[in-house]
Parts: sequence; structure tokens; C-alpha cells
Amino acid sequence: MRAFQKHTGLVVAMDRSNVDTDQIIPKQFLKRIERTGFGQFLFYDWRFLDDGSTPNPDFELNQPEAKGVSILLAKENFGSGSSREHAPWALDDYGFRVLIARSFADIFFNNCFKNSILPLVYDAKTIDDLFERAEKYPGYQLTADLVNKVLTDEHGLELPIEIEEFRRHCLLNGLDDIGLTLQRDAEISAYEAAHGIS
Amino acid sequence: MAPRTMFEKIWDEHVVYSEEGKQTILYIDLHLVHEVTSPQAFEGLRLAGRKVRRPERTLATVDHNVPTTDRALPIADPISKKQLDTLRENCEEFGVKLYDLHHRKQGIVHVIGPELGRTQPGMTIVCGDSHTSTHGAFGALAFGIGTSEVEHVMATQTLLQNKPKTFEARFEGSLPNGVTAKDLVLYFIGQITTSGGTGYCIEYTGEAIRNMTMEERMTVCNMTIEGGARAGMIAPDQTTFDYLEGREFAPQDFEAAVERWKQLPSDPGAKYDRVEVYQAKDVIPQVSWGTNPGQVMPISEKIVDPAQIEDPVIRKAAESALSYMDLKPGTPICEVPVDRVFIGSCTNGRIADLREVAKVVQGYHVSPSVNAMIVPGSGQVKRQAEEEGLDKIFQQAGFEWREAGCSMCLGMNPDILTPGQRCASTSNRNFEGRQGKGGRTHLVSPAMAAAAAVTGRFVDVREWEYK
Repeated sequence: MRAFQKHTGLVVAMDRSNVDTDQIIPKQFLKRIERTGFGQFLFYDWRFLDDGSTPNPDFELNQPEAKGVSILLAKENFGSGSSREHAPWALDDYGFRVLIARSFADIFFNNCFKNSILPLVYDAKTIDDLFERAEKYPGYQLTADLVNKVLTDEHGLELPIEIEEFRRHCLLNGLDDIGLTLQRDAEISAYEAAHGIS
Repeated sequence: MAPRTMFEKIWDEHVVYSEEGKQTILYIDLHLVHEVTSPQAFEGLRLAGRKVRRPERTLATVDHNVPTTDRALPIADPISKKQLDTLRENCEEFGVKLYDLHHRKQGIVHVIGPELGRTQPGMTIVCGDSHTSTHGAFGALAFGIGTSEVEHVMATQTLLQNKPKTFEARFEGSLPNGVTAKDLVLYFIGQITTSGGTGYCIEYTGEAIRNMTMEERMTVCNMTIEGGARAGMIAPDQTTFDYLEGREFAPQDFEAAVERWKQLPSDPGAKYDRVEVYQAKDVIPQVSWGTNPGQVMPISEKIVDPAQIEDPVIRKAAESALSYMDLKPGTPICEVPVDRVFIGSCTNGRIADLREVAKVVQGYHVSPSVNAMIVPGSGQVKRQAEEEGLDKIFQQAGFEWREAGCSMCLGMNPDILTPGQRCASTSNRNFEGRQGKGGRTHLVSPAMAAAAAVTGRFVDVREWEYK
């Protein structure tokens, strides 16, 4: 897995709650058997008009100032619904490295860490403040510094990054979960032996 | 030992390794696999030179992507076909049992696990599908995972997990006549919202739950993910044991198994992190009006007026949902006409659901303005329905009678809504475009969907005249 230590990027604000994974990557694109190439279909039904190719001029990612964004700001319960890991694959492939929201759905949140995307949760007041800043400052950027556990902007913002230490360790070092678990192969075998699993 | 909840007992029993400050390594008893979320996981195994550690604890089927029309015909979509072929090749290569397209027992993964008797009390069960929560109905800890985790389970038969908090949802008293498990769970999600369960494993308790059949309990646990919870579960009892006895993969020493399973229910005095108590008599048949499963209303009421909602985030979500759904505030929901009816899915595609539908439509005909289809949850459900003559009732009433699969619950196969169509659906998600781009989904119970098919609009099935 790609390591995540520090990322600075342009912010896109999506003033939406309950953005479900069906919106992030609609089902017609789940037939592919690869992990890559999903970015072109990200938010497909919102991003394109009915012809499937003309950018929807009202959609957040199609605004001129959203070119090159890599940090996404949203409201509550981002990533709800289906467990499809195609959702973080699509976000990652499009270029997103950091997601910031009031809350995330459980499976999606977990899937992000498996793909070196950093999901950050802040309270409603802080999220509102970030939305205001994103609107106020053209070309608004944030820096997520996972080494020093701090989220900053160029206008004096400084927020702590609160994240489970084990997950931080895995992100910082790009550790593969399966490799880590297999270090406990003896314990797994012992469990199986004790439970008559052979 | 201090009194423990059922969740804690199952969790404790499956801890392989735990260390302060790290995620717990949890043993997985049963891994369910389908065509959509597994190809990248198998590919990962291949690239790393790994095997499936416990193929006998892994079960695969095709469901999301399969056509529900004539199975003798070739699959029209080459990309769908490729995904189905890939699963077949992967299962052969890694030694995993596959219930393939032409297998008698093929079906939706959350329907066939229980009907084969693979789903059992006390187990840990995972699948690359959020509706894995269904299996909690048997007193199992069951939840959906992503594809990276699918690969992890294949390689290690374990998962890295943080322990969720516990939540008791107690339903006191009995459900009124005409009110179903689907109504109960939609009502519940309406109360807690789609994120209200985040971080919790929910245990449903109380008389209304105890009175439910296994099919009804599966409907409740299935929808638990729509409230954001990791898992839903219901303590096993005689209803559970009776359902499992005699099934193909039920334990050989069944009596001994039952004795073990009887130890699972939460101990008296066990503490939950959160408790909510509801009165079953308060539940009225539900219809979703919006674009998430928390946006629900009783059939007896009028569409919500966003102007009356104080919270700006909730108000904005309601406005956006009503705009997408093309609904006007103040309209009684029973005046809203429907174009399509979909009966099926892992939520409501079981034999008991189809019997409910047959009772409602017997002697009636689908409205000329409605296209209605019934998609059984599995090949076994289909055959059982045909043995009981339900297919005749459906076809005489004007329903299409299809082959088993996920079908229009998510519209990965050709079964989709066209833009603007309004559908009464027994499925689990009313997200924008879920059943087809521009399609408008209203979640209801099988009986409510059946009644809507006949009348061409939503009706209160409590007042239905059964023939």
C-alpha cells in the first residue's frame, strides 16, 4: 500500500449529507474485474448530464476552481450504503487523498484506510468553519500532516488529527494488513486447533 | 464472570489475538462470496502467491449481475458475462464451492446461506456485501466488508476489527394486523436515521421480535445496515432451531448444537451501551418518500414540508430528496401513483414474502398502468413457490415471474427503471438512481407493494379486502 505521511491539496466543498456509495460509483461500473480506472466514473450520475458525457455545469467537481482538487469536504454520513470498495478506488483514482466530514459510514471509513485515503472526522461547528473558509478563500488548500497529527491551512487554521494510532502507523508506513496478520499465523493455527478446525 | 451480551459472547469466542492499541484479530467462521466484490481479491491472492486458507468455510454464488430472464439464453452483456466467468475460474482455481448460474440452489447470497443451513447461531459471518447483516437473525455476528478485507479473510480466515459498541433495540408488545417486519425496521431507521447506528452492533429484543418468523427476523437484520450499524442480531430460540433442523448443512449432532446455541442469548443484567425502547403498536405500514431509508412515513400521512424542518442540514436533504422524487409537500402518500412494482431482494425475496404477496393479489389483477415483477431470492424459493402454486396466482394477476437474483434492487442486470419511473419496491435502498438513473424508489413491505401493484397507487394494506 502507498504510504501516507503528509498531503497538501486543493479543497472541494460538497454541501451534502448522506452521500452514498451508489452516488460515488454507480452500479453499472461495478462489473469491471480490475481495481483501477474507476476515476472516470466517479459521481457519474451527478457529474454528467443524461447523455453520460457532457459535464453537468452545476456539479461541484465541474467548477473551474475544482480542477486538481485532492481534498473533499462533506457533511454527515459520507459513504453510506453499499460496501463496494470501488467507491474509495474511484475517489483515489480521481486524485482524492483526504476526505473530511462530520461523519462517515462504517464500512466506507474502513475501506479508505485500505487504500491510503485519510478520512477525517470533525464536529459540526468545525466542519461549518471549513466550509466557510473554502468559500472565502479562492484556491483554498489544506495540509494534512499525519506525522505531526495536524490539519492546517495558510490562514491560521490548526486542527488536531485524531486517528487511531494503529491505523496511523499503517498509513505512515504503507503497511499491508494481510502481511501484518500473517505475522500471527501461529496464533491463527492455535485457534483453529483449539476449535477443532482442520 | 460479569453478565455478557450475546454480541460479547460471540466476540470473545472468536478472538484470535488482541493487544492493547491494536485491532483485534477475529476468526471468521463463514465467508460468503459473490461475483462483484471478489475478483480483485482473488487477483490479490494470485499476485502474492497466497491460497484461500479455508475453502470449506467459503461459499460462492452469482447474484448481483445475473439475468432473471430465460437462463437458457446466453448472457447479453459481455462485461457481466466476464465477471461471472471470472468467479467460476477463481472458484475452480482456489477450490471454493460455487452455486453457479445453472445450479438448482443458486440465489442471492443472503438467501441461500440460511436456506442451506450454512448460517448458524454463534458464528462470525462476513461477505463483501453490506447486507450481510441479514445473517444476524440467527444469533450470528454478521457484517459486510470491502474487497481488501475479502482478500484478508481469504488469506487468513480472520479480520482485523475494532470492537463495536452494543445497542439494544427493544420492541414491546405485538405488531398490529397488517403491519410487518419491514414496516418495523423502516420505522426504526426513521427514528434513529441512517447514521444513528454507526459504531454499534444492534440486538433486537422484545415480544414483537420474539413473535417473528425467521424470514421476518432476516428482514429486520438485513435492513440494519441502513441505520448505519455494523451488524444486527436476534437471539436464537426455538423458532431458529426449528428453521435450521434438517437443512443440508445443519450440524450432524443437532441436539448438541442446540444445547450450545442456547447459551448464546444475552445474560440477565447484561449491559448495553445504548438502549432504545419502542412500542410495536405505534408502527404503521411505512412508505419511504425520500432518497435514503431514513426518509420514511406512515401510509396514513402527508408528504413532509421541508419548510417545517428546523435543522438546516435535514431541511436541505429533504428539499433535495423531494425534488428528485418529484413529490409535493402536503400530498397524502396514498394519492401517489406508481409505474412499477418490484418484489424480491435479500430483504424480501423469501418464500414467506411471496406467500404474503399471493394473499394480497389472489383474485385481483395488476393495474393496467403498472408493470410488476416478482424475482424470487433463490432457485429453492422459486421451486417452493411453484410447488405451492403461487406462480400461477402471480401470473394470472399479471406479474412477471422471474429467475433468482438481486435484479432491480440495484439494477446491475438489465432489470432497471427508466428515468422518471416511480417504483414501489420491497428492496432496501431508495438512493438516487439505485434502480436505474432517474428512477424513483419507494421502499415498502411485500404486502404494500402487492397492493400498490393492484391499485396503481400506494394504499393502506390494513384496509385491504382479501379475496
